[in-house]
Amino acid sequence: MVETAIKKVSPLDGLAGPVGGNVKLTSNGFVGKVIIRGDSDNKDFVMAVKDVTGVEIPTTALTFNEGETYSIYWMGPDEWMIMTPEDGEVALETALREKLGETPSQVVNVSDYYASMRLSGPAAREVLKKGSPLDLHPSKFKAGNCTGTRFAHATIFMVQRDEEPTYDINVRISFAEYLWNYFVEASREFG
Amino acid sequence: MLVIKCPFCGERDQTEFTCHGEAHIARPENPDELTDEQWGDYIFFRQNIKGYQYERWSHDHGCGRWFNALRNSVTDQFVDTYKIGEEKPAIPSDEGK
Repeated sequence: MVETAIKKVSPLDGLAGPVGGNVKLTSNGFVGKVIIRGDSDNKDFVMAVKDVTGVEIPTTALTFNEGETYSIYWMGPDEWMIMTPEDGEVALETALREKLGETPSQVVNVSDYYASMRLSGPAAREVLKKGSPLDLHPSKFKAGNCTGTRFAHATIFMVQRDEEPTYDINVRISFAEYLWNYFVEASREFG
Repeated sequence: MLVIKCPFCGERDQTEFTCHGEAHIARPENPDELTDEQWGDYIFFRQNIKGYQYERWSHDHGCGRWFNALRNSVTDQFVDTYKIGEEKPAIPSDEGK
């Protein structure tokens, strides 16, 4: 029998990272991503998501909730992204669909649509400032916030994890190499 | 550079947004009864006001939602932005300016 195991390929494979120690850039690998849409005023919808993921849907704009296995990110007033460990996305998608049943909602597995990378280190904010129009000052955007925005020519979905600062950045895979190299280039002056 | 207030995400740079023209255009109730000219007016003709006008905008690179705005097309001043379905803000009087 022919070996049919699928080898996963990331657009970030083999790319060189920043040289110095003030900016770290790493791939988040094949973290699973599922988009869910629904009405957060509908108790059936909210409960179903809570039952399956163990995490409350964040209804405050630009925030996220983390659980043991899953984390849920606010993307819009009726849209959230759920992140799962690698290879957890199909099981989550199936479980959500089953649980939600006829409840008005939409569940889409977008794991292969976004590449995810982590930008961190003392100069990470300075690097982001070079291409983002967002006000990144800690009084406006801090740990616990997430948002869709732009970086240079790429539309990104960005999460701030901690005050180091550490950012997780999700970008459409066709933009991943461009964004990565932009970060590396922008990091140069910080060593 | 303009700063526009998304009703969901707060103040953001203009490059995250797209303007989609005049807002509050009601679709005719009985399209079958309209003449071609009336239908053409509905589809194509906009007021293009010089001054304050109500517009549709979308926060493409943010939450992706559509909303309405009251903007002065001469000065680019955004008087207010509001969610679809909410009552439109009053046009400010420019007296005394």
